[in-house]
Amino acid sequence: MARAFAAPVLSERLYAARWCYVFMLPSFGLAILFTFWPIAASWYFSLLDWSGFSDERPYIGLANYVELIGDPYFWQAFGRSFLFMAVTVPVRLTLALIVAIVLNDAALRLAPLFRTLFFLPVVTTSAIVGLLMVFVLSPFNGPVNQALVASGLVGRPIDFLGDPATALYTVMGVSVWKQFGVSMVYWLAALQTVPPEQLDAARVDGAGRWDLLRYITLPHLRPFAIVIVLITAVSALRVFDLVQTMTGGGPFFASEVMEVYIYRNAFSVQGGTPRLGYASAAGVLFGLTVMLIALTQARALRWARQARGDAGLRQ
Amino acid sequence: MSATTSSLTLQRRFAVGWLRGSRLRATITSLILGAICLVWTYPFLWMVSAALKTNVQVASGAGLIPPSPQWGNFERAWTQAHIGQYFTNTVIITVSTVAIVVATTAMMGYALGRYDYPGRKIVLALYAATIFIPEGYTIIPVFDLINRLHLNDTLFGIILAEAGGAHVIFVLLFAGFFSQLPHELEEAAIVDGAGFVRTFAQVMLPLSGPVIATTIILQFMSSWNNFMLPLVLTLSRPELRTLGVGMFAFQGQYYSDWSGMAAAATISLLPIIGVFLALQRHFVEGIAGAIKQ
Repeated sequence: MARAFAAPVLSERLYAARWCYVFMLPSFGLAILFTFWPIAASWYFSLLDWSGFSDERPYIGLANYVELIGDPYFWQAFGRSFLFMAVTVPVRLTLALIVAIVLNDAALRLAPLFRTLFFLPVVTTSAIVGLLMVFVLSPFNGPVNQALVASGLVGRPIDFLGDPATALYTVMGVSVWKQFGVSMVYWLAALQTVPPEQLDAARVDGAGRWDLLRYITLPHLRPFAIVIVLITAVSALRVFDLVQTMTGGGPFFASEVMEVYIYRNAFSVQGGTPRLGYASAAGVLFGLTVMLIALTQARALRWARQARGDAGLRQ
Repeated sequence: MSATTSSLTLQRRFAVGWLRGSRLRATITSLILGAICLVWTYPFLWMVSAALKTNVQVASGAGLIPPSPQWGNFERAWTQAHIGQYFTNTVIITVSTVAIVVATTAMMGYALGRYDYPGRKIVLALYAATIFIPEGYTIIPVFDLINRLHLNDTLFGIILAEAGGAHVIFVLLFAGFFSQLPHELEEAAIVDGAGFVRTFAQVMLPLSGPVIATTIILQFMSSWNNFMLPLVLTLSRPELRTLGVGMFAFQGQYYSDWSGMAAAATISLLPIIGVFLALQRHFVEGIAGAIKQ
C-alpha cells in the first residue's frame, strides 16, 4: 500500500515527499542517460550522414532510410533474424517441454541433477561459448567431426561454420542448446501449477499417463504457453554474441543477422568508413519491428491472464 | 470376509506392481537422461580436458582424461594472452555494476512502492514502457555518450553503461516487495526517532534479502556475460577488455594454440559456473519468476 502525503498545496506535498525524489534520482538519472536518451538519439542520428571520425555530421533527412530500403544486405539480415526466430523458437520450446514433462515425474530421484546439467549452458558467457564451439565444431580435428568420422556417419569432416549452407543453421543449433534451460525452467514452473487433485481424481478413474498428459496437463499449460512463446520469440532476436564469435556473420554474409549488420556498418567496416547514421537507421527500423512484436506480446499476455482468470472461476 | 481379503491382497499386489513399474521406468529414464546430459555438457568437459592436454594430444582426440595435466597452459593463457588482466577487468566491472544496480533499484523501488507523491505515476509508466523497447539497437548513442563524457579511457565508462538503463524488472520486484510490508514498521521506526533514510536502511532494506539476492544473481550473470557493450566501448582500448572481448580479439592470433584457448575459456567460465552451482536455486527461481506473474 503506497502512502500518500496529505497536504492541500502542491508545493507542500512536493516538500513532504522530498526524500522520495532523492531516492528516485540515481536510478532515474541512469535510466535517462542510458535508456531514454539513446532511444531519442538513435532517431536523430538516423537522419545524419555521420562517420563517427569527425564532429561533422550533416543532416540528410530520410536519405539513410531510402538507401536502406534498397540495400539487399539489410533485407537479407532482416530476414535471417526472423528465420532464426522461426526455426529456433519451436524447436527449443518443443524439446524443452518434453524434457520438462519427463523431469516433472516424482519417481525420478535424479531430476534435480538433470535439471542442473540441462540448465548449465544458460549461465555461461555466450561469447566464450561461441569461441569454444569454433573449436568443438572445427573440421580440423574438432571433437564433433572426429566422432562423426570415427562412427562412419560421414565420409569426411563437415565444415559446419565455414560452409555458407550450414553456418546459420549451426549457430541456430548452438543457440537452442545454449538457451534450452531457460525454456525448460519456464515449463517446469508452469507444470508446478497443475492441480494435483485433478491428476489424482483422473488416476482413480483409471486414466493412464498419456490420458493425464493429453486431457489435463497440456490443456492446463495453454495460457502459459502463449506467454512462454512470446518471451522466447523476442529473446531469439538477440543473438549477437554467438553469431559474432562463431562466424562474424560469414562466410560471405551467410549468417549475418540484424545486430551483426548494425555492428558491421557502425564499428567494423573493413577498409571503409564507419556509417553511424546509416546503422542507426537500420537499428530504428528493426527496433520498431521488435517493438511491434513486444506490443503484440503485451496484448496476448493480457488475453492469457484473462483466460487463466476465467479458468480459475470455473473451478 | 474372504472376498474382501482377497480384493485387498489384489489391490496391494497391484500397488506394489505399479510402484515397481514406476521404479523401473524411472531407472530407464534416468539412464537415457544421463546419456543425454553427458552429450549436453560434453563441450565443457572437452574444454577442461583440452586445457590440461598438449596441443598434439588435443588434435589426436584420444579420450577426455589428460595423460599428464599440463598446468602450463593456464600460465600461458593468464600471462601471454593477458587473461589475468581481462579477468581483473571483468571482476571490477561486475562487482561495481552489481553494487550500483542493487543500490539504485532498491531506492527507486522503495520510493515507488512505499509512497504516493506527485510524479510517481509518470515515472512508473515510463519505466513500464521500457519493457517494450528493444535493447541492443541503441548501442550507437551509448557509445557516443560515453565518448562525449570522456569516460572512454577508464573502466568506469563500461561500469556506468552497464549499470545504466532502467532495470525495470528489479525496480518492480523491489516496489512490489516494499509495498506489502506492514505500516507498523515505519511507525515504530518514527517513534524511535528514525528519519526517512534510516527507516529505509535499518528497517526496510534488511527485510528485502530475497529480492536483493535475486537482483545480485541476475545482474551478476548479465554483467559477467556481457559482450556487445564492452566490445564496442573498448575498440580503441585493448587494456580495458573483458574476458569475452579479450578472447574474441585473440581468436585469430592464437588460433593454433587450442590448449591455451581452452585454458583461457576455462578460467573465464569456471567462476560463473561455480557461482551457479552454489546458488542454483536462486538462479532458477529468478528466471522462472518472469512467467509466474
